[in-house]
Parts: sequence; structure tokens; C-alpha cells
Amino acid sequence: MTVIAAPDMTVAAEPAPAGAPDHEHEQKPRDILIICYSGELEKIWAAMILATTGVAMGAKVRVFLTFWGLQAFVKDEVRITGDNTMQKMMSFMQRPGISHRKLSKMNFLGMGPWMMYKLAKQYNSARPKELLEAAQAMGVEFMPCQMTMEMFGLKREDMIDGLGDPVGAATVIGLMQGGDAPLFI
Amino acid sequence: MSTEPIAQIVDAKGLSCPMPIVKTAQAAKSLTSGQLLEVLATDAGSTKDFAAWAKATGNELVEQTVEGGVYRFVLRKK
Repeated sequence: MTVIAAPDMTVAAEPAPAGAPDHEHEQKPRDILIICYSGELEKIWAAMILATTGVAMGAKVRVFLTFWGLQAFVKDEVRITGDNTMQKMMSFMQRPGISHRKLSKMNFLGMGPWMMYKLAKQYNSARPKELLEAAQAMGVEFMPCQMTMEMFGLKREDMIDGLGDPVGAATVIGLMQGGDAPLFI
Repeated sequence: MSTEPIAQIVDAKGLSCPMPIVKTAQAAKSLTSGQLLEVLATDAGSTKDFAAWAKATGNELVEQTVEGGVYRFVLRKK
């Protein structure tokens, strides 16, 4: 993160204003920070669309995976997660993995997501899983939430490949303070 | 119509948001500065999207045409 120079510095150093427009010319896009909090299909979908588009637009994109959002980044084939009964029960009731997301409205025991995927295919829209793969290939950084990992008893081997090191809220706030455009999804 | 050679063509016909832009960004990575990239798309939002992409990334939108529902963009890599 860059520290913005104090305003009086430009007064002290005369050549500074001449150099300043150069930086403006090469206007660096703002970094984007997506806080992926919700685990529902439509919200994970939106997060993946914005992540891929952000990186395609030349921005550095980071996605913080927390609470229900983190569940979507467990490997699709992993069924039960956690160490204790309660954690195992939670993963049993709500299957983790990006391909097993439920809709927040009109889920109808899976009929809703099935129809959404059918429509997506008909209209050639990329599914969240495809978008996730594109995002990873293009360098979107995924940061799992350490606290959520522990609370749900998730292990690194439960999670998809290519995730960054688990971090905490301070990292997220620090990025926002550094000027990242935040999105809470 | 420009007569410069096109270095790469991205066929994004039939794909919807955000894939035309995503595929274009991926293709642009493999080009060298000054080379031309042609994109074909049918997504109606792409007219505005490609202008925004060019503006944000600094790549130049050289040409933009539409024919029979197919949008054609020629972009010059920054």
C-alpha cells in the first residue's frame, strides 16, 4: 500500500508538481476487495462475476471468504467437514462446495438452482464454478477467514486449491483503509 | 476498415456477461504492445462494456462495428 504524501510536501519540493501528472497519466485502477460473506447461489454467482470482471478490467482483485461464503470454497467432492458433531451436522445440513449452492429464494429443494443452471446453459452464461476457475487463472487472490475456518472445523485440505493464507478482519480493514474498493456480498 | 494485420481473434459469440470481457482480457495478455485483437460478440451489453474495458485498461478501441447482430471490436494492445 502506498502512503499518500502530505500536502505540504509539494510546497517544499518544487519539482514535485511536474512529476505528479505523470502518475495521473498512468492512472492505476483502484484495487477491489470483495467480502464474500453469503453462501447462496445467486450471491456467490455475483461475487464471481465481479471478481472476473474486475481482474479483466486490470484491477487487482482480492476476495475474502468468510462465514457462509467460505463454505462455497470447500472442494465440491468433500461432503462432511468439521471435527465435532455440531460442525459435522452443519455441513450435513448445508452441503459445502461451489456446485452445491442453494438459492435464497425459490430453492424448492434444488429445483430452483436446477432451473437457474438450465437457463444459464440456454443463454450461455458461465456458471459460478467456471467463473471461479477463470478468476483463479487470471490471478484473483482468495483469502479464507481464519476464524471461520476454525469455527466450522475446516482444514486446508477440505478447501479448493489455490487459496491464499487464512487471514483475519484486520487484513480486510487494512486493505479498505489502503483504498481498496470494498464490496460486501 | 483498417488494413493492419489482426494478431488474434476472440470469438465470444453467444457468450454472455462477463465472458466476452474475461476472454478478451485473457487473450490480450498474450499479445505484445501495438498488436491488434479482434473480438466478435453477440452480447448486447458489449458495446458499452468494451468501451469501458478499453478505458480502464488503456488498450485502444480502434474499431467498432455491428453486422447482423454480431458486434466486432478491434483493440490495440497498450
